[in-house]
Amino acid sequence: MTAMIKVHALQKHFIMHNQGGIRLPVFSDVAFDVSAGEALILHGESGVGKTSLLRILYGNYKPSSGHVLVRHGEDYIDLATATPRAILTVRRKTIRYVSQFLRVIPRVTTLDIVKDPLLARGIDDTMATEKAKDLLSRLNLAERLWHLAPATFSGGEQQRVNIARCFVDPASILLLDEPTASLDAKNRDVVVDLINEARESGAAIIGIFHDEYVRDRVATRRLDLTQFKKAA
Amino acid sequence: MSTIKNRLSVDENAPILTATALTRLYGERVGCRDVSFSLWPGEVLGIVGESGSGKSTLLRCLAGQDRPTSGTIALNFDGVPINLFDISEPMRRQLMRTKWGIVHQNPRDGLRMDVSAGGNIGERLMDRGDRHYGKIRSSALDWLSRVEIETNRVDDYPRQFSGGMQQRLQLARVLVPEPKLVFMDEPTGGLDVSVQARLLDLLRVLVRDLGIAAIIVTHDLAVARLLTDRLMVMKDGAVVEEGLTDQVLDDPHHAYTQLLTSAVLAA
Repeated sequence: MTAMIKVHALQKHFIMHNQGGIRLPVFSDVAFDVSAGEALILHGESGVGKTSLLRILYGNYKPSSGHVLVRHGEDYIDLATATPRAILTVRRKTIRYVSQFLRVIPRVTTLDIVKDPLLARGIDDTMATEKAKDLLSRLNLAERLWHLAPATFSGGEQQRVNIARCFVDPASILLLDEPTASLDAKNRDVVVDLINEARESGAAIIGIFHDEYVRDRVATRRLDLTQFKKAA
Repeated sequence: MSTIKNRLSVDENAPILTATALTRLYGERVGCRDVSFSLWPGEVLGIVGESGSGKSTLLRCLAGQDRPTSGTIALNFDGVPINLFDISEPMRRQLMRTKWGIVHQNPRDGLRMDVSAGGNIGERLMDRGDRHYGKIRSSALDWLSRVEIETNRVDDYPRQFSGGMQQRLQLARVLVPEPKLVFMDEPTGGLDVSVQARLLDLLRVLVRDLGIAAIIVTHDLAVARLLTDRLMVMKDGAVVEEGLTDQVLDDPHHAYTQLLTSAVLAA
């Protein structure tokens, strides 16, 4: 299968200039590939750098050295050296990131948040609305909430809005940071199905899941980051 | 009725504005120093830094309101490259009226306070050459509703409006001629938080729908995160860090950016 992400000799540290220039190593020599149709689950104790790695794969953190090659169309783009414009294009077309928390935009309704990735790609509004509604129903989000901004929703409701926004238009690379953390069993199973469906239709998935049950049903491979911590 | 442009139809390969080694000195004092960057159609660039960092000086130079001591500003509208300070004053004014807009922090600086709300919008259409009263009036009404001002306020004067409404009216006045490039200086400064949220959302949607390129100066990092694609951080007149907005804010590398991002409450 085609490698969708190729990570090579990746190293990350933070330098805290205002705290005496202290250097905080995260990991070094990280290397792996993820192909279309695979789900790689990141392992390791809290602080091992799982979220930092996902953020690097999204272009949100800068690698200190090394390469992150992302397959974008027919090309590979190195997120370590790509321009901000190139990273924005990759995010619009190729990569989706779901964090544990929804970053709420004031006043924007749930339906608008969910259909936004489709509109940004040029899909017409009727089609986008229909797809968004289908997914919100599937995630059991009450219809009375669709036209409200999610600022006042419960944690689980916000998380489902976040998930809907990702899976309404599944990109070829999905980065998932604990997307099921505050969901009940029924909705957790819906998310597991969504992830597996996306993978079976060719998405490459890299995720962090603390719930063993979810991990077992989603993972095709696991990667323990502890080994890279020691080297850092 | 102004039409919504399909942003994909814009040539996204050529920058709309390229600043090269811009420097503005006031005698010995540095306003801004050696600033270079490009801005592409549909892109929103934020400039952050504390008061005195040079961000407003830079914005004034970019908007043609102040002449840089050295450096160039190349513009490219409709495939015709021009150098902002090489063209004649009347041509520069013509360009400013039709191709770009400036949103001032204080709406009183951008509005005509002795002209009705509808007149403030209609005037800009007349500048552009529109003469049909009926069309101007209906376009003014359309823009009032787009910026969420009740259309029955069309004949009221800006001084009868609240601060938030005045700012939204200014936005309509700036955007009605469909500029390609918009400069904003602290567009939400001086507004209540709830009013700010409404204006920010409006700005976000309008900039996206119209495919406008915008440069926004702000000291508010939450505003920058919400509205901008790219960020430049300024200190003592120079750009100390730049990049993707969320990357600069979440993984700041320069000591000054780290200080700025750690000094604010999480937003």
